[in-house]
Amino acid sequence: MAKSQLNESKKLKKKLKKERKYTVENIKKDFRRNYSIYLILAPIIIYYILFNYAPMYGAVIAFKDYTPAKGILGSPWAGMKYFIQFFSSEYFWQTFRNTFIISIYSIIFCFPAPIILALLLNEVRCSWFKRSVQTLSYLPHFISMVVICGLIRIFVASNGLISQIGSFFGIPPTNLLMRKECFRAIYIISGLWQGIGWDSIIYLAALAGVDRELYDAAVVDGAGRFKQTLHITIPGIMPTIAVLAILRMGGILSANGEKVILLYNSLNRETADVIGSFTYRKGLVEQNYSYSSAVGLLLSVINFIFITATNKLSKKVGYNLW
Amino acid sequence: MIRRSKGEKIFSVFNALILIFVAFVCAYPMYYVICASFSDPSELMAHSGFLFKPLKWNLGGYEIVLKNKEIYSGYMNTIIYVVGAAIVTVFATLVGGFALSRKNLLWKNVFMFGMVFTMYFGGGLIPTYLIVQSLGLVGSRWSMIILGAVSTYNMIIMRTTIYGIPDSIEEAAIIDGAGPMKQLFVIIMPLCKPTLAVIALFTIFGKWNDWFNPMIYLKERSQYPLQTFLRELLITNDMSNGASEEVLRDNANLSLNKYVIQYCTIVVSTLPILLVYPFLQKYFVSGIMVGAVKG
Repeated sequence: MAKSQLNESKKLKKKLKKERKYTVENIKKDFRRNYSIYLILAPIIIYYILFNYAPMYGAVIAFKDYTPAKGILGSPWAGMKYFIQFFSSEYFWQTFRNTFIISIYSIIFCFPAPIILALLLNEVRCSWFKRSVQTLSYLPHFISMVVICGLIRIFVASNGLISQIGSFFGIPPTNLLMRKECFRAIYIISGLWQGIGWDSIIYLAALAGVDRELYDAAVVDGAGRFKQTLHITIPGIMPTIAVLAILRMGGILSANGEKVILLYNSLNRETADVIGSFTYRKGLVEQNYSYSSAVGLLLSVINFIFITATNKLSKKVGYNLW
Repeated sequence: MIRRSKGEKIFSVFNALILIFVAFVCAYPMYYVICASFSDPSELMAHSGFLFKPLKWNLGGYEIVLKNKEIYSGYMNTIIYVVGAAIVTVFATLVGGFALSRKNLLWKNVFMFGMVFTMYFGGGLIPTYLIVQSLGLVGSRWSMIILGAVSTYNMIIMRTTIYGIPDSIEEAAIIDGAGPMKQLFVIIMPLCKPTLAVIALFTIFGKWNDWFNPMIYLKERSQYPLQTFLRELLITNDMSNGASEEVLRDNANLSLNKYVIQYCTIVVSTLPILLVYPFLQKYFVSGIMVGAVKG
């Protein structure tokens, strides 16, 4: 019986599809019935055209000699000039290397930390203690990037708190942001601090979803808490970890340019400058619009490839992003 | 009651210690700032190491900061942008999510593809800036309210929520003669209030803390939100605008007061968020969960 029902519904669907052919008459009919929906959708479509698709078209200035006087359309074509200029400059390797290294370090250090925190929190039986730790660990997430970078600047200055702690261990106090070998550590550690609590939320939710009966069965089998974690908890949240890891790989070249802009200076630029901060400096500070657009376009294309590939991969793991 | 072995007890203690350490590290920098903001500037300069209470209670820093008129205009502007953006975003999300949830919408897949595509690919910083400029939005307050108001992510969350509403409710409304608009504002909107609240919250916090867009799109100081002034004070170290004239006249005094002024401004601008977030966090958490559900 179920089968015949299924068949029937399939037929119905086919019929519906036939009816919904985009003939002029159908469109007219649909428009009469749903005109108000199209009316409210229109501003949203206009928004997308203006603020998402027009800039995509505007990216053609990467291939032009853009001058504000002549505009996007009127500027003369320059071909690949700005791409070649970027590839042959020292900034190409510098920015790509920095972006890549910062992202890789972030994945190595900032990705597992929230998982570990979630596992540790999961072992806490006392609920008010768990809640307080969670609330306090969310705090850095709500502080603005400007304040965070301001705090970093104050704390790593030669008379700042972190330098003082360092000098307690015999490290001479210097401004760590003035030393280029320290920048990545500052970026990663502060990133860890910003994200560890907030990013653990999703894992805690996954942990709450692990079947309680499995634990009972494990206890009957004589498994201690460590064994339970190893054989039940971790496999239980593995799908979540896998999906988030894959999605994280997708953003591998989208290191946070905003944070770099707030933290870098002429002394640490060699290790700090990422593509995001470079396009900002070239474009909006030095007003080299075409050059900056070329770099930005390159980044967009690479990111697009990465994100599409990783989404395909995450679908294979059984998770549909959209 | 499950018996706990000795090893498990030791683990519990260590676990608690680690978690206390994590909580301390996360919260202490802000606590340090609050303590330092109430401290005497010269004592603060001489002090080294941790700070657990204000050194010689002093409100001098706050006097200087609160005399600064730009703090007030910054606050006003931030509130205008935050409220404006929240209203526009919530409305756009509701309407967009509703339209995309209609089963009989023609070209629905085309719209959907066009919207999702923008999550994967963008024109980049400069082209966006040039387009915004050519629309006359650079230097306008509207740029702060409109930019980012329509987000594919939010609309997908909204659509998922609307899909979760039983069809029978809407069908009943249709039979009673309700058109699409009536369905949206009388039936759907009240049922989606929790999701709309979450979207409003995310927008409010995001806008409050946003500094990059104000920095590139706003040109006049009278339009700057708090974060732009904070950036001047904390990052570019431009004290000339951050303090009143009498402080500026005394240069030595200024360098002495510099840190305290910075700390006080941080507290003044961040305190509202810090006071509010512990009570709102459950909504944020639920927002993350809604986002994680596939649409």
